[in-house]
Amino acid sequence: MTTVTPDTDVRADPPPPKRKRFKMENWWGVLWVLPSILAVMVFVYGFIIWTARVSVSAWKGLTPDYTYVGAQNFVNLASDKRFHIDVTNTIIFTLVFVLGCLLIGLGLAILLDKGIRAEGFYRSLFLFPMAISFIVTGVVWRWLMNPAQGDRLSGLNLLFHNLHLDFLVNSWYATPTWGIAAVAIGAVWQMSGYTMALYLAGLRAVPEALREAARVDGATEFQLYRRVIMPLLWPVTLAAVIILGHSSLKVFDLIIAMVGKQIALDVPSIYMWTTTFDGFFFGRGAAIGMVLLVSVAVLVIPYLWYSLRQESEG
Amino acid sequence: MMRKTLRIFGLVLVLALVAAACSSSSEETTTTAAGGIDESTTTTAAPAAMTDEVEVFSWWTGGGEAAGLDAMIVVFNKMYPNIEFVNSAVAGGAGTNARAVLASRLQANDPPDSWQGHAGQELIGTYVAADQIEPLNFLYDEQGWLEVMPETLIPLISKDGNIYSVPVNIHRSNVLWANPTVLADAGVEIPTTLDEFFTVMDTLKAGGMEAPLAMGEQWTTMHLFESIMLASMGPDGWQGLWDGTVAWDSPEVTKGLEDFAKVLTYTNSDASALAWQDAGQLVLDGSAAFNIMGDWQEGFFRELGKAPQTDYVWAATPGTDGNFMFLSDSFVLAKNAPHRDGAIAWLTTAGSLEGQDAFNPVKGSIPARSDADRSLYGEYLLSAMDDWASNRVVGSLTHGVVANDSWKSEIDTAIGLFLIDGDVAGFQAALVAAAEESG
Repeated sequence: MTTVTPDTDVRADPPPPKRKRFKMENWWGVLWVLPSILAVMVFVYGFIIWTARVSVSAWKGLTPDYTYVGAQNFVNLASDKRFHIDVTNTIIFTLVFVLGCLLIGLGLAILLDKGIRAEGFYRSLFLFPMAISFIVTGVVWRWLMNPAQGDRLSGLNLLFHNLHLDFLVNSWYATPTWGIAAVAIGAVWQMSGYTMALYLAGLRAVPEALREAARVDGATEFQLYRRVIMPLLWPVTLAAVIILGHSSLKVFDLIIAMVGKQIALDVPSIYMWTTTFDGFFFGRGAAIGMVLLVSVAVLVIPYLWYSLRQESEG
Repeated sequence: MMRKTLRIFGLVLVLALVAAACSSSSEETTTTAAGGIDESTTTTAAPAAMTDEVEVFSWWTGGGEAAGLDAMIVVFNKMYPNIEFVNSAVAGGAGTNARAVLASRLQANDPPDSWQGHAGQELIGTYVAADQIEPLNFLYDEQGWLEVMPETLIPLISKDGNIYSVPVNIHRSNVLWANPTVLADAGVEIPTTLDEFFTVMDTLKAGGMEAPLAMGEQWTTMHLFESIMLASMGPDGWQGLWDGTVAWDSPEVTKGLEDFAKVLTYTNSDASALAWQDAGQLVLDGSAAFNIMGDWQEGFFRELGKAPQTDYVWAATPGTDGNFMFLSDSFVLAKNAPHRDGAIAWLTTAGSLEGQDAFNPVKGSIPARSDADRSLYGEYLLSAMDDWASNRVVGSLTHGVVANDSWKSEIDTAIGLFLIDGDVAGFQAALVAAAEESG
């Protein structure tokens, strides 16, 4: 990194002219990104600070009230039954969503990497769901996973029934406690193609020579993947976990479209929205926002640190 | 060369961002112009001196609501030909978008002259608390509305003796919709008390009907809750919960919650996946016998071409006969309204016989006035008008009459948790806490 600051020119010998021109260019660059830096400062960091301030206030109702109440809002959340459900749901959702995407994505990538015919066709096919918004996915899966029983079976349940697979008929997202896992299935459908693309790029980067060397050494195909290729794909897996993980922490639209606002399938972001804008509990809403921010940061910052270090080393 | 291109590209990008940032704020106001009038033109073109217009803010942008508003605007233009009506309706989400836009305009000290709100505490708790609307007692006196609106309605839309809004329509919340064929086949009558209700549903269940009572997503559960609590506690008990004369930890409440818990055992297992229309459809199809829903359900049935008495019948929710649990859309007068005279003219129209008779037949609701022209309304609405004029009027919780938004959202959470764990004691404790914190 060669950052040039304007007032470091205390060296005895005059700087080469080329260097001077670069400095000018640098200022141009700063000038051009200035508006966006200012916008980010105000609209991202400024509002993070403001939200942090609101989260320790007693603000309730439309009129701002910045009375300092310490960590009261956070303490209340800790004993809030609804927030407990939110946290449980987020954990279940994240596990099903991330693991589902990784397994299906990796599986598809390995199959495609085997050099099947019309690979491009399949690749696009699996990637297409990603082009759809979560709202559309939610509506479609809402119908597919219709939990109605008896003679009102529909969607996947009706399909199972007609195939005489009645033991598979279930109440999907209306299942107590685990309903959120059904919602995660919709998300897996949407994002596993993306994970596949990540893995496919990773697989393509594994040198053919390594595979051949392993085969010459007598490795079975399974050992080849287990011992040679998977370790090489570790950075891809990490990146995928970060991307999928942080998006699952803030999932909102998919759940709203699929199951609406109901406590059984509530997550922190929905609680934050309803309590702030329907109930005007601004202090509590901001506290949930801060919890979400910290949990995403816990996931993302180590990764950023890791990849920045990688970059500066490489 | 490359640098230069990049520089230009950067410039374009910055400009685009700036333009996007500027336009996104004006976008909201241009989409509001559902009536074809762009708000931005009126705010720039109309200095304070011009008083012959009125800006009215609502979320009536589609269906019978927009048509009803248009019909009322026609009446307004006839009554006040010199005042221009500026329709600032904001589309989307049953008013949630509109209320967000309104809140930001109020915070920016740029109020519309008059806006829509659910009559009652939702409106009082939000706008009176923030000192943003004016009392309208003078208009009620001047127009003689106190004589034509039910006596029991007035306290529900007032605070400390001040009336804060003009209701233009009345909907009823405590209505039981039933499938007459299903009832006849099972040899049962429409129940009139909670006990009869349970007996009839037991009979239907024994006859093989899985879930005699159709219910939908979570807010319809709250809708059911208010009907059952009214049936169990009676009108004084129900209203007492909201004015503080009945304690939430009293045994009457426990009894009501137990009745509610029992009613829930007759509902469909896929309720959370259904909208209120789907729940109504179950009754039409005969998959369920009953549905408790507001009288917009009738509008939906009519839209499907169904006929009253043959395809569906109705009654007050069992145990609530003689009570009219109401909800209402109403209009307010902004404090420091830019066009105060225009706003008062609009409110006069909204409360007038002509205005209400223009709006309500189209919207599918009844007028707040009891002297409406009966020839304009259908069979169900006529029965609702009779009840409105003669019944005890009580307020709806789900639709903003009895509780402010904070309180209501806490009760909603409590109901949602109860749907999960079925714990009556915990439910009651949560309701007590909600009342303490927000009541």
